[in-house]
Amino acid sequence: MLRELRVAFVMLLGLTLLTGVAYPLVVTGAAQLIFPRQATGSLIQRDGKLVGSDLLGQAFTGDKYFHGRPSAAGGVPYNGLGGAGSNLGPTNPALAEAVGNRVEEVRKATGDSAKSVPVDLVTSSASGLDPHISPAAALLQVPRIARVRGMSEQEVETLVGRHIEGPTWGLFGAPRVNVLRLNLALDASPR
Amino acid sequence: MNAGWLEVGIFLVVLTAAAKPLGKYMALVYEGKPCGLDRLLGPVERRLYRVSGVEPQVEMNWRRYAVALLIFNLLGLLAVYVLQRLQDVLPANPQDLPAVAPDLAFNTAVSFATNTNWQAYSGESTLSYLTQMLGLAVQNFLSAATGMAVLVAFARGVARLSAQTIGNFWVDVTRSTLYILLPLSLLLAMALVSQGVVQSFASAAEVTLVEPTIDAGGATVTTQSVPLGPAASQIAIKQLGTNGGGFFGVNSAHPLENPTPLSNFLQVVAILLIPAALCLTYGALVRDERQGWALLATMFLIFVPLVIACGYAEQNGNPRLTSLGVDQHASALQSGGNMEGKEVRFGAVSSALWATATTAASNGSVNAMHDSFTPLGGLVPMWLMQLGEVVFGGVGSGLYGLLIFALVTVFVAGLMVGRTPEYLGKKIEAFEMKMAAVVILVPPLVVLGGAALAVSTEAGRAAVTNPGPHGFSQILYALSSAGNNNGSAFAGLGVNNLFYNTLLGVVMFAARFWIIVPVLAAAGSLAAKKQTPVGPGTLPTHTPLFVVMTAGIVILVGALTFVPALALGPVVEHLQMIAVP
Repeated sequence: MLRELRVAFVMLLGLTLLTGVAYPLVVTGAAQLIFPRQATGSLIQRDGKLVGSDLLGQAFTGDKYFHGRPSAAGGVPYNGLGGAGSNLGPTNPALAEAVGNRVEEVRKATGDSAKSVPVDLVTSSASGLDPHISPAAALLQVPRIARVRGMSEQEVETLVGRHIEGPTWGLFGAPRVNVLRLNLALDASPR
Repeated sequence: MNAGWLEVGIFLVVLTAAAKPLGKYMALVYEGKPCGLDRLLGPVERRLYRVSGVEPQVEMNWRRYAVALLIFNLLGLLAVYVLQRLQDVLPANPQDLPAVAPDLAFNTAVSFATNTNWQAYSGESTLSYLTQMLGLAVQNFLSAATGMAVLVAFARGVARLSAQTIGNFWVDVTRSTLYILLPLSLLLAMALVSQGVVQSFASAAEVTLVEPTIDAGGATVTTQSVPLGPAASQIAIKQLGTNGGGFFGVNSAHPLENPTPLSNFLQVVAILLIPAALCLTYGALVRDERQGWALLATMFLIFVPLVIACGYAEQNGNPRLTSLGVDQHASALQSGGNMEGKEVRFGAVSSALWATATTAASNGSVNAMHDSFTPLGGLVPMWLMQLGEVVFGGVGSGLYGLLIFALVTVFVAGLMVGRTPEYLGKKIEAFEMKMAAVVILVPPLVVLGGAALAVSTEAGRAAVTNPGPHGFSQILYALSSAGNNNGSAFAGLGVNNLFYNTLLGVVMFAARFWIIVPVLAAAGSLAAKKQTPVGPGTLPTHTPLFVVMTAGIVILVGALTFVPALALGPVVEHLQMIAVP
């Protein structure tokens, strides 16, 4: 019994060195060497300043930006250290109320009180950090952006079109638009 | 048609295609034959044995095997506990996180040592990098290797004649880790980094928001933290080892843990890869490949209809939102469906595929919040766990669970025709059936007993965050998850408190080791038996008939045990949802 205990202890130690130290160090080394940008958060620079990550959404509420999905992250929307979903059940009255309010807000912003609203724009994501909206949700916001920015709807729509990503290889995942990337492109486009 | 359904089809093809060579490879590993990697890693393996005093050629009887396993796992559990309690004074803690509270540390230690990875905490704000690496990630490997070892020991018990021993636990664990889990994890981790999963020891990066925002207290926030850490290495093994514990709190829904549809596909294949391949390894070990394919077919027979059911329910969306003016239809411009608690890049069907795979396997990682699934979409993952995690199940543990069900099937068939049941030439007698009964009864006992305790105490009910039948579903899901070593959750349930940390910790422990010991006992008893020649009354165990019968027994036991409880939760909620506009 005591002998087994010693064996177990040394085995645990040895396997810890292999799987808990050597393995993550090897992966980190190789990752930093081969994929340095991806391994460190896919950060975006603008004018020499870090303004976000390709992969994390940001909260946009102003009229001149495309809005992302509602975020249930802790403390502040799109809190990078507090990602969370709402965990509201499908029949929870709080869900219907929240979604109803968001539908009204979207309709007010678009100026069409009967508009049917793409589901992703009025439901909170799993992570609270979802960087994407559906192309339908982006196109819905085109008239508002065009109006506020003094651009033609055609121009804004072209910009959205350039940011639509289809399912990967036509097979995996869903069509989507990266909101932060789209808004940065908006800021960079001439008025 | 929605692209998601195409993905489901490709998933099934890729999984089967990858399982075949991996299954053969693993058989070589466990038989101690040259597998290719032994030329590279053989010296490491032999050195490990020498230093620790393991005699690899000395085999163990089932009792010694079980004792070694229990000591090793308890020691690992203790190590995770101590690391958490002392993380504030240990290095690699760039965020200066405090020590973890005793009840949470106990829960987490049991959770990872039992291959459950139930997470009552949020990784990025609770655990230091050191705790994640030396504690959790190590147990991700070792708990998985333990499950694989038990399966291989059971296979030896079936294959051997009049033998006293079922292998050497240390050799099985070491070879599982070195030759199977480590190399596969290395490959998957690098593939994940290429997609954007972070892998770095730096602390979180600060970025300036393009548009400042307002926090809950009304203050202006102008920056966002982009969390980093050694995530990819941990996520690779969390999927391959059916562990499921996320590096970040929201698990594989987090864009830095699962950034693209491609990373999502790789991860969901990784969830079922080893459990599927082990079926074929088993076939090779018992010298009858047809047995392996039959077991795999049994799993698919239950899995595929449930994927379709879950995907259909989620893609159909929530009728209560439709009446509010929400468009949930699938089109070229949106995936549609029930998107509360889901990510746009995955869509409804990919999320349903994941939910089904992660609960068919005892993985428990999530890429969407199961708590916000439609009632029937949420019923599927809950019931898959309640089936005892034998449809794929945990690495090793799923297959030894299904083999126990196969023993029950030959027993039931034997009763029908009035002959002594036999399995692969071994008479199935009273002792094996007693062990099988324990294995099949322990999980429902702790699940339903625990759920009853939780709903009848104030502390248990206080954690509920959704009203009505969904609140009961939250509790039932938590116990089903812990009582079958899955680890996923209806995550709204507030479980980080003394009551749930203790209850679920005890449940997870029982569900793991009260099953492993009887399985090893059955293996020992089978190994000692003589060959019974095949006769006209022998039920062949590789035929479609046997596949259907085994699946039928699994479903019957699962349905009879859990339908009453499910009726009170998801079923009532579904009826409510479709009744009220």
